[in-house]
Amino acid sequence: MSVVLGIALVAVATSSACALCGVFLVLRRLAMMADAISHSILPGLVAGYVLAQGPNLLTGFVGAAASGLLTVVLVEALTKSRRVKEDAAIGIVFPALFALGVFLVTKFFDNLHLDADAILFGVIEYSPFDEFKLGSLMLGPKSFWVMLGLFVVNAMFMTTFFKELKVSTFDPELSKALGFSPSLIHYSLMALVAVTTVGAFSAVGAILAVALIIVPAVTASLLTYRLKQMVAISLVIGATCGLVGFWLATLVDVSISGMIATTLGAVFLLVFLFAPNRGVVAQIIRRRRQSARFLAEMLAVHLDSHEGTSDEDEESRIGHLITEMEWAEPQADAAIATSTNLGWIVQTGDRLQLTSEGRRIAQSVRNR
Amino acid sequence: MNAVEIRDLTVAYDENPVLWDVDLDIPMSTLFAIIGPNGAGKSTLIKAALDLIPRAAGTVRILGKPYREVRKKVGYVPQRGSVDWDFPTDALDVVLMGTYGRLGWIRKPGRAEHELAMHCLETVGMADFAHRQISQLSGGQQQRVFLARALAQEAELYFMDEPFAGVDATTERAIIDVLRELRAKGKTVVAVHHDLESAPTYFDRVALLNVRMIATGDFETAFTQENLVKTYGGRIAVLAK
Repeated sequence: MSVVLGIALVAVATSSACALCGVFLVLRRLAMMADAISHSILPGLVAGYVLAQGPNLLTGFVGAAASGLLTVVLVEALTKSRRVKEDAAIGIVFPALFALGVFLVTKFFDNLHLDADAILFGVIEYSPFDEFKLGSLMLGPKSFWVMLGLFVVNAMFMTTFFKELKVSTFDPELSKALGFSPSLIHYSLMALVAVTTVGAFSAVGAILAVALIIVPAVTASLLTYRLKQMVAISLVIGATCGLVGFWLATLVDVSISGMIATTLGAVFLLVFLFAPNRGVVAQIIRRRRQSARFLAEMLAVHLDSHEGTSDEDEESRIGHLITEMEWAEPQADAAIATSTNLGWIVQTGDRLQLTSEGRRIAQSVRNR
Repeated sequence: MNAVEIRDLTVAYDENPVLWDVDLDIPMSTLFAIIGPNGAGKSTLIKAALDLIPRAAGTVRILGKPYREVRKKVGYVPQRGSVDWDFPTDALDVVLMGTYGRLGWIRKPGRAEHELAMHCLETVGMADFAHRQISQLSGGQQQRVFLARALAQEAELYFMDEPFAGVDATTERAIIDVLRELRAKGKTVVAVHHDLESAPTYFDRVALLNVRMIATGDFETAFTQENLVKTYGGRIAVLAK
């Protein structure tokens, strides 16, 4: 298998497996927990290495899952003590475990190819050279098969326990009252996050694994109000960014994992700015529209309250809006334009007059 | 048989008792109000009955049995503020959660469950909002969705934590209609209630609670000036007739 295809497969499988994990983490407001787990699995990995006396997938996974769960338990215990807040608890637990891992690596495995850069940033570039062989068949990078396996496990967990995950995330109390143990679901999810992070670890490292887990889910949450769609969209974002990031990295010859995370960040930024309903731009437009409508309403009320009075003539002059109501010219223009468009007023010369619709609006605004 | 029998219930957080030696009998087919000031342990009483929090002492019998044996016959409406309404889902989906208990692990809601959920939304006057994202519902509408979800549990006994808190007049009427309908079908409703004025018209029986059980029974005997003063101390604003 070609090197390029091998790396591309690893990139897509890793980003997809991570993106799946992220959805419920984000909904449970546990994004920082992902960060903690991704670092604190290191001592578990090392322990697995020691137990198997060499690199071994199974002991590595078991060790990492154990230290991932240990992180969750320790953070929760510290938080429950009520002496430490949750964010501080996370800040205490994961550096301690990560440091323990670094200590173990430097003390006992000085000659190991597990150096600091590999731990933090991963070495996806090397993945094609460790191929999965079946007899004389070369079946592509081992990491691809590992990540594909993790993706399948995650997908099966999510689809099998979708309703349990949903109810225990939305309403843990109801979930418990109905007999679905929220803590069982919680720890299962955390174990999956830990195991997925281990898989992603060798490809993209501890720091970028967090981006792959969190960013697609957060981005998806800005695009939809439906849970299933949120899962689907984060998957598409994860997989696409994995591929596009890899392609961009080969174009400009930079770190692949770095470029994947950068692409994710760029997509998030685009969605954050331009999402149809919850994007920044959409919000600004909505506010503008609302404030234009409010100006028009004020104008309607003003005209209505002076209608039929002796000063009606003066009060309905356009210039009056600027001198007496102290509106800036653009405000007055916006109010007049909006009111005219809505059919609330008609303009004759520099005089404004309410239509019957405008009168009705003025009444209803007052009664609001 | 009583719908709920609580004996010697004590609940404590870090040795601070929230409920002290509470006894309570709730007869079948009644609308039962639990009334008391803030911090009186009203929600705690419901949560302890549903095994949601540990008991320091005491027994709770629901329909004559421990709660875990009758889960499927008990519906629950938590306080509206206890969940994140920005969760990506719609009203119908929240109501569907009421059917999860009967489905058990892994089985997914099917057509029958969807029809039931839709029917429950109709009952609370929310059918038109079935596919509305839940954050776009008003507080009263959210409360009705929660009530519909409890109805979807098709229970014999319902625990409701402040179902009338902060709702509009339409919702209040809709809820009380549903409660009366439930009673007509022989169901029991136990609700934490705040408004002393409406309590005697909405409910059949009452428990006045302030960490200890002050009084319980029908409104004639339990809801007296003397008991209300005992429950609320000097802070009582609305006096019983």
